[in-house]
Amino acid sequence: MALMDLANPTRFLALSGRVLPWLAGAAVLALAIGFLLAFRAPADYQQGETVKIMYIHVPFAWLAMFGYTLLALSAIGILVWRHPLADVSHKALAPIGAVFAFLCLITGSLWGRPMWGTYWVWDARLTSMLVLLLLYLGLLALRSAIEDASQAGRAVAVLTLVGFVNVPIVKFSVDWWNTLHQPASVFRMGGSTIDSSMLWPLMICALGFTLLMLALHMAAMRNEILRRRLRSLEARAAAEAAHA
Amino acid sequence: MLGEHGGFILAAYGVSALALAALALSTLLQGRAVRRRLGELEARGVRRRSARRSPS
Repeated sequence: MALMDLANPTRFLALSGRVLPWLAGAAVLALAIGFLLAFRAPADYQQGETVKIMYIHVPFAWLAMFGYTLLALSAIGILVWRHPLADVSHKALAPIGAVFAFLCLITGSLWGRPMWGTYWVWDARLTSMLVLLLLYLGLLALRSAIEDASQAGRAVAVLTLVGFVNVPIVKFSVDWWNTLHQPASVFRMGGSTIDSSMLWPLMICALGFTLLMLALHMAAMRNEILRRRLRSLEARAAAEAAHA
Repeated sequence: MLGEHGGFILAAYGVSALALAALALSTLLQGRAVRRRLGELEARGVRRRSARRSPS
């Protein structure tokens, strides 16, 4: 089956209905194994047990950026191919990405207080992540402010692509500027600086949260497709009632 | 077990669990609500054109 064949709402509903339970189950399983390993992993020699926050904070940060990257791809689908499923994907993903960005900031703040002595500092990494959350919220606000659905879709797609410039800024902020935030320690030239006893639980937690985000995205897309069908049926029912 | 900063660790995990559970629950409930309303319309005989053409 060609990829474009799947980009049909009816086919998407049929396929996602079969895949979603497995995706959600795999997410729960990976998270259960990840947390089990994370809470059995040794304490950090400097941070002590506080390093346990890393197993959720780091995946939230990665997924906030991954989510925005998926939004940008959906935005290209809206503007270039004008595909309705791209708009469905964008609309379904924006609130999920916002939650992940919010959780990245909250868990980072709760990690920063005992380690840095402050909940917040206006350094490049923290500020660019806050900008990412504000971009997510801006996309939600813009979509809800425009009544015409197709105009709203194009407007949020343009804003998404303009805002995408912030994603590499978040990623490389710790290299480009002097920040209180530690530099990259997993995906970096020369390999990870994290000991394997902590790296494996981190990667399994990251896999679990990624599967969870994809499952939530798929479920929200199904809801949005059905919501659009419902609106169209309600409009037809109202028109038929007016003619009768 | 969680050391002197255990409160921060529990708060981080607690807020995350609450937010993600709320997101999952809200997605689930929205899905149920829209399916229920679609079912009500179909029961009144309002169907999509493609559904009318193919009764299966």
